[in-house]
Amino acid sequence: MKTNKIFISGDEAVAQGVRLSRPHVIAAYPITPQTITVERLSEMVEAGEMDGEYMHVESEHSAISATMGASAVGARTFTASSSQGLLYMAEGLHYCSGGRWPVVMMNANRSVALPWSIYGDHRDSLSLLDCGWIQVYVEDAQEALDMIIQAYKIAEHKDVLTPMMVNLDGFILTHTYELVDIPEQKMVDEFLPAFETPNKMSFEEPKNLGFSSKPDDNTEFKYQQNEAMFNAIDVIRDVDQEFAEKFGRKYHDMVEEYRCEDAEVVLVALGSVCGTIRVVVDKMRAEGKKVGLLKIRYMRPFPEAEVKDLARRVNAIGVIDKDISFGYEGTVYTNVNSAISKIDKYVYKSNFVGGLGGRDITKADIEEMFNKLFSGVENKSEEKVEFFSLNVETND
Amino acid sequence: MTNLVDIPKVNAKNMTEKEFFYGHKACAGCGGSVAVRLALKVLGERTYTALPAGCMSAVGFIYPQMAFNTNAVITTFPGSASMASGIAAGAKALGQKDVKTVVFAGDGGTADIGFQALSGMIDRNDDVLYICYDNEAYMNTGIQKSGLTPYGTKTTTTPAGKNIPGTVTHKKNLFEIIAAHDIAYAATASIGYPQDYLNKVNKAKHIKGATFIHVYASCPTGWGTPTETSIEIAKDAVDCGLIFLAEFEDGEYKLNRNPKEFAPVKDYLKKQGRFKHMTDEDMDVVIENRDRKWSRMRKQWL
Repeated sequence: MKTNKIFISGDEAVAQGVRLSRPHVIAAYPITPQTITVERLSEMVEAGEMDGEYMHVESEHSAISATMGASAVGARTFTASSSQGLLYMAEGLHYCSGGRWPVVMMNANRSVALPWSIYGDHRDSLSLLDCGWIQVYVEDAQEALDMIIQAYKIAEHKDVLTPMMVNLDGFILTHTYELVDIPEQKMVDEFLPAFETPNKMSFEEPKNLGFSSKPDDNTEFKYQQNEAMFNAIDVIRDVDQEFAEKFGRKYHDMVEEYRCEDAEVVLVALGSVCGTIRVVVDKMRAEGKKVGLLKIRYMRPFPEAEVKDLARRVNAIGVIDKDISFGYEGTVYTNVNSAISKIDKYVYKSNFVGGLGGRDITKADIEEMFNKLFSGVENKSEEKVEFFSLNVETND
Repeated sequence: MTNLVDIPKVNAKNMTEKEFFYGHKACAGCGGSVAVRLALKVLGERTYTALPAGCMSAVGFIYPQMAFNTNAVITTFPGSASMASGIAAGAKALGQKDVKTVVFAGDGGTADIGFQALSGMIDRNDDVLYICYDNEAYMNTGIQKSGLTPYGTKTTTTPAGKNIPGTVTHKKNLFEIIAAHDIAYAATASIGYPQDYLNKVNKAKHIKGATFIHVYASCPTGWGTPTETSIEIAKDAVDCGLIFLAEFEDGEYKLNRNPKEFAPVKDYLKKQGRFKHMTDEDMDVVIENRDRKWSRMRKQWL
């Protein structure tokens, strides 16, 4: 397959994906480490490489409000944010999914204040896991670009009509450079049809949207929203398959298993740290240790079937969380653990909380996690939640 | 500048018989609903309407009974101006012509929580007419003080007693704050002077870009006035000088009414339950503030 590779950052790869998806309206507000994306997009509009309206809104709250407004008249929209900005959007995120407006946004994962930190972790998006958006986490710049294009096709699908957030790790992905293949516009146009939705205001068929509900009918709306999220699972699979056939890159749907076939212990993680884990898996495999990686791509909808399937085959599962739900455990762990609890088998489980505020997760850290999982199985230990870089367990 | 000389006039005789806002559940005598109904008759069918959470959205969009005959959407409370901006941008990007996007937001939704988005909308000169219907408190949630609640008003968050005369601050100068953005067109109006209001909506309809109208709209429920006097009391407010009719256009202020004599403020205040507790001294504070404001407006705007 013909390729057209250029050396760009993750932020720039997102901008390329947006350009190729031809949104009608872009509304965004700058925030580190997302800023380069919105700068590149404004340059593309200026250079005539894109036709869309670029709105310089005065806040993230207005960014999400404006994209909802444009989506409500049938326009394809894009916004981008990070951290404090994403939290400032929170009201709009719930509003957008409830309104069934398939806005696509990029979130540059960044820690949330206080204390201030511009560096990466997953506390911003994971604290908004329940806002009704499809959440995908990518591992590199190519996946970021490809997932923006896929996101429109998934979010705008008639059985889904749910907004989608493409998450990439702040700095580790947003600001590092990679060779990224830029698909041809013609091929993207063939892959991604124009946005059509019945859920819009029009002069042919005027509508009142964003209405109030009564206790008698609210549950029906929320049920439909939940069903739409479940519908996304099949759509994600179909879109990924169609994307692979068209562009030659496949992302393995909801999760990607790496060397899990005969694995005894497995680490589960989101995003860029998966790249480091792959290297450690290869090293330990070369030493004869049966380790593997489960890269969770989608946190919503959650890959319950895939986690259960893996849990049936392994002895131990460790979950790396670049977040902490204070007073409990990591959010990814809570979700994974819930799926594991639904199978009738003992699996040793451990939650490794770390990488907060941009702290590096090293190959040595990961090797140690695998070793702790092996000894946990051997000792038939109780589950553990630990802040691994502090070497303390919270459930001692 | 838009040539406004040839705009066809809209009045009670030639106004459309069609109703675009009806069957809603507003209180009897609701001034806000009059402001919405009249404006939509001027703006017509090719209108997108955005309303924040507030009285007009609460009474108009109760699924499955929708009270807007034209396209309309409830926005988040702080996000009406920005959602309207997005509607206008979307309509433009989709190549739609002869479209107007209008916001109807109350005083709290405009001068308080929605102000940042409104300021951004005007700064970008987005093609939106923003109409603030001002009933001088958060009425939908049960009469709480907003930034446009006038001095002395008793609300449920500014109770009047021995120590405090209700609201202790004056209304924000919203019209001038909007004008300070160098907006192409801004106006004040009152549902007590409907023809003046219709003319201003009509003018704003024909101006491309951001425009703003601040319309005084009575609320019998929140004001403690009889439901049949809503238009009268909104006229009284203008006649006693507490509300003024003005325009800001091409960088210039214009006073539309400059009466030689004002009707008595105290008569206006005494008609309303919300001011019932006010002493003569309290009312003098209101009058002094009015006179100071008019003296400045006459000096600077005439």
